[in-house]
This record gives sequence, structure tokens and C-alpha cells, in this order.
Amino acid sequence: MAMTATAGHAHADPHHIGLVIEHPGPASKRIVTAYGFWVFLLSDIVMFSCFFAAYAVLSGQTAGGPKGSELFEQRNVAIETVCLLLSSFTCGMASIAADVRNRFWFYLGMAVTCLLGLIFLAIEFREFADLVARGYGPSRSAFLTAFFSLVGCHGLHVSAGVLWLLTMMAQVFAKGFRADVLRRMMCFALFWHALDIVWVGVFSVVYLLGSAA
Amino acid sequence: MLGKLDWSAIPFDQPIPLVAGAVVLVAILGVLTWVVVKGHLPYLWSEWITSVDHKRIGVMYILLASVMLLRGGSDAIMMRIQQAVAYQSQGYLPPEHYNQIFSAHGTIMIFFVAMPFVIGLMNLIVPLQLGVRDVAFPTLNSVGFWLTATGALLVNLSLVVGEFARTGWLAFPPLSELSYSPGVGVDYYAWSLQISGVGTLVAGINLVTTVLKLRTKGMNYLRMPMFCWTTLASNLLIVAAFPILTATLAMLLLDRYLGFHFFTNEAGGNVMMFMNLIWAWGHPEVYILVLPAFGIFSEVVSTFSGKGLFGYRSMVLATMAICVISFMVWLHHFFTMGAGPDVNAIFGIASMIIAVPTGVKIYNWLFTMYGGRIRFATPMLWAVGFMVTFIVGGLTGVLLAVPPADFMLHNSMFLVAHFHNVIIGGVLFGAFAGFEYWFPKAFGFRLDERWGKLAFWFTFLGFFITFIPLYIAGMLGMTRRMQHYDVAAWRPWMIVAAIGMAVLTIGVICQIVQLVVSIRNREALRDRTGDPWDGRSLEWATSSPPPVFNFAFNPDVRGEDAYWDMKVHAQQQSLERDRPEYQDIEMPRNSPTGFVCAFFATIMGFALIWHIWWMVILGGLGAFATFVVFAWRDHDEYVIPAEEVAAIDRVNLEERRGLISMAGAV
Repeated sequence: MAMTATAGHAHADPHHIGLVIEHPGPASKRIVTAYGFWVFLLSDIVMFSCFFAAYAVLSGQTAGGPKGSELFEQRNVAIETVCLLLSSFTCGMASIAADVRNRFWFYLGMAVTCLLGLIFLAIEFREFADLVARGYGPSRSAFLTAFFSLVGCHGLHVSAGVLWLLTMMAQVFAKGFRADVLRRMMCFALFWHALDIVWVGVFSVVYLLGSAA
Repeated sequence: MLGKLDWSAIPFDQPIPLVAGAVVLVAILGVLTWVVVKGHLPYLWSEWITSVDHKRIGVMYILLASVMLLRGGSDAIMMRIQQAVAYQSQGYLPPEHYNQIFSAHGTIMIFFVAMPFVIGLMNLIVPLQLGVRDVAFPTLNSVGFWLTATGALLVNLSLVVGEFARTGWLAFPPLSELSYSPGVGVDYYAWSLQISGVGTLVAGINLVTTVLKLRTKGMNYLRMPMFCWTTLASNLLIVAAFPILTATLAMLLLDRYLGFHFFTNEAGGNVMMFMNLIWAWGHPEVYILVLPAFGIFSEVVSTFSGKGLFGYRSMVLATMAICVISFMVWLHHFFTMGAGPDVNAIFGIASMIIAVPTGVKIYNWLFTMYGGRIRFATPMLWAVGFMVTFIVGGLTGVLLAVPPADFMLHNSMFLVAHFHNVIIGGVLFGAFAGFEYWFPKAFGFRLDERWGKLAFWFTFLGFFITFIPLYIAGMLGMTRRMQHYDVAAWRPWMIVAAIGMAVLTIGVICQIVQLVVSIRNREALRDRTGDPWDGRSLEWATSSPPPVFNFAFNPDVRGEDAYWDMKVHAQQQSLERDRPEYQDIEMPRNSPTGFVCAFFATIMGFALIWHIWWMVILGGLGAFATFVVFAWRDHDEYVIPAEEVAAIDRVNLEERRGLISMAGAV
């Protein structure tokens, strides 16, 4: 795009060599919105990285309680991961459907995404409830504190995503594929995919490394 | 039903907060009554409270900061008096009250004075300097402001309902954990900052996107005014650093509310993790505040020297260098806490290195003044005063960056004097310079110069009389946050500092008088051309105050100092044509979303502090519903017809024509 070309070469040409590429002016609303949302996602990833860091610091502090390898069930985590990765695909399908203004495929894509997200949340909730019931809640040790916080923070994001998803569907139902609705859909898709990337981190750092140790 | 809230939350036994609270309450009720009786409410609602105009939001930010400055300043006066009288006695403030005061003073001054002041100035000026009509996300901008106001409201509410934190402005655990601070003070602190932190993050995202994606035609990166560069750097830091604060406070709250063990002494919690996390936000925060001030000084020094900024590119480089290095020095805040000599050495050297780009900036300002035709108007006085003050503060900072020296001075009054030296001498002087400099742009009339200069001199002298004694007391071994003391050698310095505080207070009073006098004489001080200081950047190319759409035509920029260029070549775009072809302009519609959202956030924050769970859910649902209603609206823009644009623009063009021809003649 012209904008990025400008960014690479922008200077005021103090030596009059005539290579200045003039900045073309303000970007379109779609670009501005997506760009701003990317910046938000970066800030969100910074927040996640704090919880990752806390987990890395505290993961050995079991205070005489259980270690990760004694608690994690790999089968459940595998199902969770499959659900979330599949939901990214269906979310992508919904985005394409929105771009070509196809309501049926949009609703279908979003509904499946929602369902997969809910299955993910249900499994996670059951895992949490089970741990608490066995006396291994977040107050048991600093390790469990960090575990519940990191995984729970991601779970909260997914819950917020599901709420946003349903609102998005309702909005398309009420308002159709308006320009502003399409911009929001684009942001939602970015959000959902970003949560997938964070989950890959959670899966690797918490469950894979945790099970090995 | 009401959680932990009952009548014991009102401090009936403590006259000071009760009287202060009553005075504030009467003042607020008085203003509200006046507004309603005089019939100003509809105007305030439609033109200010629901406004999404970046200029109005900027003004409201600055108003919030100014009011909070008085609150934080009152705390400062109380502390200086306490330390002047509490020699071998208890003074007049009981320890638990004194502890709340220094905690509230720091929290308010950083989060609700310095932050909103600089964010307000950036909001007000950056879109104008970039030559565009608005920021990237106007409604979110309003949400950000009102959430900041929510945080300020909650902090002040703690004065009369419950208590504030007694844990200092960063609430270090384990003191801030539930076992040592069982009251609601720390909860007030944490939830206020969480809510206003969301507002700050929103402002940061908005301004980063604005600078990077919304520049007028020809406004290449290396043609942006310095203030836009420092705004970019500062807001990049906001986006990168504020989530750390959010995460850290969330961890502290989880410890307090749900019995987690992030920072507790038991079950493997790690207190040092809090230190690292909070300062990984806290040190960039210092530069978030001071970088915009550097930008303001660059504009002011260049304008009042009648010269382009010396070493513009080195200034850009220095700004971005500070932006990056500011994330690599956080450990110097706790050299004494056992990191070991190797780690301390690395962070000590990094802390000294960051003084280099700052030094580059100082020399650039000095060389800008060298050979210039300098006018010592009030903004320039603040700028020169800053250079003197900030060098002292910077050098004591380099001193503290040397680990062995830090071991002697850590947490002493020397440290207190140092950070006040850079924050008052840097950020606050910058905010005042920007306030004096851009006030005519925002309101269409100048501020009274005589009272402005008086304000400067009293503040400048008062600053040194207050804080030089604190440096000395620190050298004599006095630690910070002392409610009383028994060392005779410290006493005289505390008395001098209290006298300095009185001089500073006169400075603040002069500033208030200046505002009142200027408003009264506004017809005589009217700025009709929109360019009262013979400015160089695009904000001066439009009228004062600018129309809601800022520019009838988005300017076409051809070099640095865009407006200066236009004046010299008498080539102002609109002036070249006798009958410019005006076009309809679309502007975003006002929206109460920000205000309503903040209303629910206030309810939610208050309910969280007092454990009123049903009210938390209510507030959350309300905030969500507000966004849904906003998302559902059908018209988000309105059109200003070309004739109206023409009518507004012609008035200013006529006034400016004389100015341009004069500049052209020169």
C-alpha cells in the first residue's frame, strides 16, 4: 500500500535528492479501525505475558502440594486445543461469509464458533471445579495461584469473546452487513485468532512443560 | 445487602477529612445548583459532557487535572506542616491519617494530575498539529476521559466513605496484603487505578493510531512537529506498560479478594515479583509523563526563539531512544533488595545511559535559543526554568543510578527531592508551559502575562526553597514518610521546606488569579488571527478556538514547520484562492456513551470495594448495555454543509489576511 511505502522512505529530503515520497493523507476508516485494534491486541498480549512471567516464577512453588504432572489430564487439554483451533477455522469462514454478504454461512460459521468456544469453556470449568473439589484450589499454593490465573485469564477472554460473538450475530441480524458492522466483525475475528495464539502459549508452557516435569 | 459498608465507614471522629469532605460537597452542590438554576445544564450536556470533539475532551482532561492538583497540593501542604512541627512530638496528624495522606498525594499527583494534564494537552493539540479533523476513535476518546474521571472520583470518595490506602503510592506487598491492610484503603487504591488505567490505555491506543494513521497530506514522519513525536513515543509506552500495571494490580486484588498467593509470605508467594512487575510499568511511566513535556518545550523554545528546532533529527532519535531504554532500567528502583552486584551494575549503567539522549535534548534546546530572537513570554519562562531545574534533577538522578551511592540514599528524603525535582521541574513545568502556550488556541484569548510571570517566579523560587532542604535532610540521613522524628539537625530544613511550600502556594494562587483576570479581560486579550505567538506548526493555521472541524481544507504539508513555511511564502492554501471551493464536512456525532459507561463503572468500582456483589453485576450489565446501545445506533456522523463551513472559515481568513501579507513582506 502507498502508506507503508511512505513509512519506509519518509524523510524531509534535506539534501534535495528528490526521493521524498509524500504522505498521501489520512488512512481509510477500515484501516484505522483494524490498526487500532491491533495495537489493543498487542497491549493485551503484554498483559498475558505478565501472567506467563508470574507462572514461570511461581510454577515450582508448590508449598508441599501437588505438581502439575500430578494434576493435568492431557486428554482433556487435547480436546480443548482441538476445539479452539477448529473454532479459529470456523471464525475465518464466518469472516469470509461476512465479506461476501452471505447471511446463512455467516450465521452457521458464527454458531459453530460459539459452540466450540462453549465446549472449550465447559471443559475448562470442569477441570477447575474438579481441582477445587479435591482441595487444590488457587489458595493451596503459589503454583496453583499462577496456574488458575493464567488459564483463567485466557478463559475470561474466551467468555468475553463468546459474548461479543453473540452480540455480533444479533447485530448482523438487526442491522445487516453495514460498513461499521463489518469493521467490528473484522476486530472480533482478530480477537478470536489472537486468543488462539495465546492458547498455544498456555498449552505449551503450562500443560506440555508441566506434564513433563 | 451492602457488603462491608455501614455507618462506621464515615470517619466521624476525624475532623480534618470530614470538614474537607463537607467543603468539597458544598462546593460541588453549589456549582451544580448554579448550573441548573442558570439553565446551563442542556448546554453542558450537549456541548461538553457528551462531546466527542478532541479539543473539548482535551480541555476536560486539563480541568480534571487542575482540580486534582489542588487536592494533591493540599495533601502536600499538610505533610510539609506536619514534618515542620512533628519534632519530638506527634504533630497534628495521627500516624494512620498521615500515611493515608502521603499515599493519596502520590497516587493523585501521578495518576490524576500529571497523566490527565499531558493526555489532555496531547488530545487538544496533536490532531491540529497533524492537520486532521479528529482523533482515530472519537467516542472511545470520551470513554477514556470519563473512566479517568471515575478513578479520580473514587479516590476522593475514600476521604469520607471508608479510608484510603496507607501503603504508599505503589502499595507494596506484603503490607498491602489482606493480613496487614484489612481495611478498604488498598481496595480503593487498586480499583481506582484499574478503572482509570482502562481509560489511559484507551487514550494511548487512540493517540498511537492517530499519529501513525491520520496525518494530513505531505505530513511525512520527519515533518511532524516534535510534540507529535513525543506523543507517539509516550503513547507507545502507555500501550506497552499500562497492561503490566493492570496485570499486577489484578494479581494483588486476587490475593486480597480470593486468597491467592502471588505476593503473600505464605504458600510460596513472591514479594519481589511485585517489585519487578510494578517497576517494569513504573519506570516507563516516568517517561510517559516527561516525554510529552519535552515535546512541549521543543515547540515553545522554537517558537519563542523565532527559529526552527536545532537538531530536529537528533531530537527524534533521542526521543525514540528514551522510549526503548526506559524499559531497561526498572531495577534501579530496588538496588538494595538483593539483586547482587552484577545485576545492579548492568542496571546502573543502563540508568546512566538514558541520561545521554536527555542531555542531547537539553543541548538542542540551548542551541535553538542560540542566535535566536528570544521573547520571554510566560511559556518561554517555564521552558527556561525547566532547563535549569531539570538539569539539577537529572544529575541527582545519575547520582542515584550509581548503586553504591544508592545504598546510602535509598528511600531517603534525597530520593524524594530527586523525583519531585524531575516531576515538578519537568512534567509540571511542561504542563504549565503548554497550558500558557495553547490556552489562546483553546479559548480564543490570551492569558494575562503579568500574573503569569508572577506565578512562574513564585513557583520557581518556591520549588527550590522547598526541595533543596529535602536534599540536605536526605544527606543527613532522614528517611522518607516519617510521621515524626527526634533528630535536631533535620528540624531547620523541615521548617525552610514548609516556608518554600508557602511560596509555592502563592504561585498556585497567582495562577488562579491569572485565570480569573484573563477571563474578565478576555475582550482585550482576544486573539483574532489564531496565531498569537507567531507560531510554526499547523495548530496556528486555524482560528482560535478552532471550528469543530479544525480545518476547512486539510492542509498540504511541504516541509518541517509547516505553518511557518506557509507564512513565509504567503502560500497558505486557502489564501491562494479568492473563492475556495468549500465542501460538506462529515463529523462524528456526540454520544453520551462515555459518560454513561463511566457512571456504571463508578457503581461497579464502589460495589467491588465494599463487596456489594449484586451491585457489581448491575454495574457490569449496565456498562455492557451502554456499548450495545452505542453499537446499535444508525447515524454516527452528521454533515456540516459547505455554506456553513464557508461562513466560518471566511471570518478567520479575513483576520489572517493582514498577518500573512505582513509576514510575506518580511
